[in-house]
Amino acid sequence: MLLIYNRPGFLEELSEQERTALFGEVEAIMTELSESGELVGGAALADPSLTRTVAVRDGRPAVTDGPFLEAKEHFAGYVSVDCETEERALEIAARWPDVKYGGYLEVRAIMQDSGTEM
Amino acid sequence: MRTPPAVEDLLRDLAPQVLGTLVRRHGAFDACEDAVQEALLAAAVQWPGEGVPENPRGWLLTVATRRLTDQWRSERARRDREAAVAADEPAEPGPDEHRAADRDDTLTLLFLCCHPALSPSSQVALTLRAVGGLTTAQVARAFLVPEATMAQRISRAKQKIKAAGARFAAPPPDERDERLRAVLHTLYLIFNEGYTASSGPDLRRADLTAEAIRLARALHRLLPGDGEATGLLALMLLTDARRAARTAGGGLLVPLTEQDRTLWDPEQIREGAELITDALTWSPPGPYQVQAAIAAVHAEAARPQDTDWPQILALYRVLAHLAPNPMVTLNEAVALAMVDGPSAGLDLLRALDGDTRMEGHHRLAAVRAHLLEAAGDAPAAREAYRDAARGTTSLPERRYLESRAARLNEGDSDGKA
Repeated sequence: MLLIYNRPGFLEELSEQERTALFGEVEAIMTELSESGELVGGAALADPSLTRTVAVRDGRPAVTDGPFLEAKEHFAGYVSVDCETEERALEIAARWPDVKYGGYLEVRAIMQDSGTEM
Repeated sequence: MRTPPAVEDLLRDLAPQVLGTLVRRHGAFDACEDAVQEALLAAAVQWPGEGVPENPRGWLLTVATRRLTDQWRSERARRDREAAVAADEPAEPGPDEHRAADRDDTLTLLFLCCHPALSPSSQVALTLRAVGGLTTAQVARAFLVPEATMAQRISRAKQKIKAAGARFAAPPPDERDERLRAVLHTLYLIFNEGYTASSGPDLRRADLTAEAIRLARALHRLLPGDGEATGLLALMLLTDARRAARTAGGGLLVPLTEQDRTLWDPEQIREGAELITDALTWSPPGPYQVQAAIAAVHAEAARPQDTDWPQILALYRVLAHLAPNPMVTLNEAVALAMVDGPSAGLDLLRALDGDTRMEGHHRLAAVRAHLLEAAGDAPAAREAYRDAARGTTSLPERRYLESRAARLNEGDSDGKA
């Protein structure tokens, strides 16, 4: 799972040309992943200002506006891939354009139901 | 789709034969493969209701050829080919016609699906579809990916084969051994995917072990004189024999030494042991044969304490010589610990500490934990179990390792249940 973190609003600061290039790069990677059969799923998330956070306080659900954590970077979306190796997943993450603009990609393994007797 | 098992088995047996014949006649593996998939689907829909035709192979061949012709008819550039196909419209072949050719075709198909231009996961997907006769949806379900993902993977694999210029012919003699190794490895991967997942909520993946065994049987029939093909089939049977005993309630994994051996399948053990005992008399031992021999020694012991560990240790030493890798060393350390005591095993594990191939691999920590526990060092064992639990991406393994760590509570230094 590739978790995409970026600074909300960074897109608006880019020039038209940079924005077009960025979306083009994302599209190129997504096309490549779907053609190679490595793409399992993914989604982009709405702006963090639309986030609602749910917690339980005194036994009652409490709903607040805004993301759970105050942070410069926010969780912006995810891509789930099925790759031959971890190196390949890291390579895909490194090409994600957000990384160039100060964002981060976190690469996490997904837990499986399978296992061997040890 | 609900297809009676008998019809499904028949279709899977016929799939590679029909595909092989078609590709041999017309070339164009990708188009033929699509046509055969459509013919198989048509049969799966019609046969259960209308009965299996007298010559099912001829029926499939006719339907697939018709699909192929339709496909080519719709492509202007293929006009010439179409004429050739039409001229080649099969007369209903007699039941015994092409038998030898069918056998060669199935083998050639296996070699083609395990083409070196393909990644292992594509080799697996293509083999299951073209040789195993599974639909894309079935392959996708088995590997827990969306059908669209698997469809892309298969179609990409077919394009790659085409681009690599692979013709439908047996590989040249100098490549044959290497290609056969790729075929064996692919079947082994299919088996493991099913076996390691044959617990918990994913029972459907147990179908994959059955499919791998079926394909290994087919390969063994095609190459009865190949020791490694025999060894692989034996290994699968002997391993799968333990399936019912390897999980307890809640999908918890039960280690080999704690399994209820009355649950092991005696028929699979008998067949696997016979195959491997026989193969070792006429074939130079290869890695699959040695692993099968190890599985057979485990199977022979009615109780864990009856296990012939010196023999298992000797076999792991042979395996380490034939196919050295850190996983073999891990298993060798376990066997050594059973023969010479846990500290001998722990000493051997130290050889793996600097090995980059084992970096962060939870199996090393898990084996070390077991040996430390056996040596009576509960605190170190607990730490190693927790290391291993953090390192695995398998939920059943994590549950197992955490429960082993929890059992070794402070002050409970023997810890063994």
